[in-house]
Amino acid sequence: MRELQLRDLYERFRDPATLQALSELIHREAAGLKRPINIMEVCGGHTHTIMKYGLKQLLPESIRFIHGPGCPVCIMPKERIDHAYALAMQPEVILATLGDMIKVPGSKGSLQDARSRGADVRFVYSPLDLLKIARENPDKKVVYFAIGFETTTPMTAALIEQARKAGIDNLLYHINHVTVPEPMEMLLGDRREAQESGEKSRIDAFIGPSHVSVIAGAKIYRPFPERYGRPVVVSGFEPVDVMEGVLMLVRQFIQGRSELEIQYKRSVTMEGNLSAQRLIEKYFERRENFRWRGLGEIPRSALRLKEEYAQIDAEKIYAEILPDEPIDDHKLCICGEILRGMAQPYECKVFGKACKPSSPLGSCMVSSEGACAAYYKYGELLHEARRSEA
Amino acid sequence: MNESITLAQGNGGEENRDLISELFFKPLANEILERAEDAAVIEGGRLAFTTDSFTVSPLFFPGGDIGKLSVCGTCNDLAMMGARPKYLTLGVILEEGFEIEQLRRIVESLSRELARNGASVVAGDTKVVPKGSVDGIFLNTSGIGEILVPGISASNVRLGDAILVSRDIGRHGAAIFAGREGIELSSAVESDCASLWPMVEALLEAGITPHAMRDATRGGVAAALNEWAASSAVCPLIDEGALPVSDEVAGICEMLGFEATALANEGTFLLALPPQEAPRALEVLRRFEGNESAAVIGEVGDRYPGRVVLQSQWGTSRFLELPTGELLPRIC
Repeated sequence: MRELQLRDLYERFRDPATLQALSELIHREAAGLKRPINIMEVCGGHTHTIMKYGLKQLLPESIRFIHGPGCPVCIMPKERIDHAYALAMQPEVILATLGDMIKVPGSKGSLQDARSRGADVRFVYSPLDLLKIARENPDKKVVYFAIGFETTTPMTAALIEQARKAGIDNLLYHINHVTVPEPMEMLLGDRREAQESGEKSRIDAFIGPSHVSVIAGAKIYRPFPERYGRPVVVSGFEPVDVMEGVLMLVRQFIQGRSELEIQYKRSVTMEGNLSAQRLIEKYFERRENFRWRGLGEIPRSALRLKEEYAQIDAEKIYAEILPDEPIDDHKLCICGEILRGMAQPYECKVFGKACKPSSPLGSCMVSSEGACAAYYKYGELLHEARRSEA
Repeated sequence: MNESITLAQGNGGEENRDLISELFFKPLANEILERAEDAAVIEGGRLAFTTDSFTVSPLFFPGGDIGKLSVCGTCNDLAMMGARPKYLTLGVILEEGFEIEQLRRIVESLSRELARNGASVVAGDTKVVPKGSVDGIFLNTSGIGEILVPGISASNVRLGDAILVSRDIGRHGAAIFAGREGIELSSAVESDCASLWPMVEALLEAGITPHAMRDATRGGVAAALNEWAASSAVCPLIDEGALPVSDEVAGICEMLGFEATALANEGTFLLALPPQEAPRALEVLRRFEGNESAAVIGEVGDRYPGRVVLQSQWGTSRFLELPTGELLPRIC
């Protein structure tokens, strides 16, 4: 038997003929829609897929996307980036975090800037890499600036568990883990207010983040179809997955259903990964409130270490040097409206001019998973073509 | 621009370009520099002249080492102007404590690569600095080559030209990234690090008349194509499905969220030439070991001058942008 290759795992999900066929099917079925539908793809990974593969070009005008707040880097408020910066500038600290968190500018600069000013900042692929860094630097405090949604939370919990087992005591944690359903609910609240004030409706349905659901289960989205009448399809991240997810949503509208469905059946179950959920519960508890960049305070939308782990909680240990004053975005930046689905990146005055991936003003331009960065990188052609047609 | 230099400003992409144009091009402006070619064309078009510095980590990587790289880098820049590499200088900055044995291996490798180009090092300089001032060894080479075919230039890409790539893309960037970050893979990806002059010579001998050639180093194929688009005010149309990418490189990109078009190469080049010459050029390129995957990847259009358009196999298209920022893996 031929050995399984990595490309076997994704090739079918990018198959041109399948994409064309799905496109035709959606066009045909969507012709029966009574009005256009606005689908919020909550996760930045989906935004990236939609833009990178040009999926909007394969869909009818009646299917519109609203790009949601599911980008862990984008929603991090500036004051917390300042925390990371302040920690990194401590002479005894090695600060480690994931991916493009190091590019996000806070009020004093980004972690990249801190590094160019002498701080020891590292990015890791897996939080478990921290074990090695902590062992190799016994005379330093190694701080893990933990970010991400339900997807990355269990990795932080596993790191804490392993470090404790191994007796590593120079590893501290600054926890910024956030959860998906709370901001989704808040956005629908926005919509209710908007309706009352006579604004036209925005979010009609959701494409649910699926890596989140691998851990937390699809069950976390149950209230949306049941209580709010908003269909949810939990979809995978390959272009065929997203197109199939859209088709499933279109069919719900045509058939007058409002249900929670799973397209990404190869990884997602209703219950999720129960042992990961137990591990998270062991170390973390809900914060009463967390300020999201662009969205403001959302109750119970983030996690922190439980009180009994105060001795490894960098937020408590370094409380004196960590500023808590909220810092707002640049006045011209409309990331908040974009994250709420009230505006598109192009509608921003500074998009692609003062605000670019190399010099981002707002959070959505910072991470490659942010809506503005995805539009900047992949979307301009479409925009120009539309403009010249108009 | 920032108050201090960031790593992103050395990435071969947008930040790098801004730094160079702001701090070097303006104060040092002259007619030759402003052409911004791979190598400067001097002495009435007879000679090509260029320089390159090398600070790679790790020093020895699958498929090459800093010695080989320092010859390939400079000789390839000359070759891309249709020039036969002739004379090189070598500058060496050594960190106190650097192992002599490693230095010996680097110089041996450098010497082997010179032979492949038929070039010689004719002058040099060595400095030793205190521990911590550099990371092991930094090299600089400058080179002079004799231009055999005049007019090959990034600003000479013409409407209707076929665009070819000499082999599968992204290997050097992927190999260095995997090596530096200790990513263990079942089959290690090897750098494409190689001298291009033998291939260029064979192409010229076969009567191929390239309008432009560009080795796709930092910033990868994306940066090279964008340079052509800007210098020649054309719109390269690239067929995404035709871009040759090895399974190993595709795998690294898949896992880390990179794009092969943004990864560096050190022995891979792009050609723009009259379309009728494409089959013959492919035949010549594929004769060279490692270049069996040479391919026509697109053509030169004029729909969006200055921009590169990438067309997918399912009928959608997007701009291929100049890569920005430091190469960082995505989060979830």
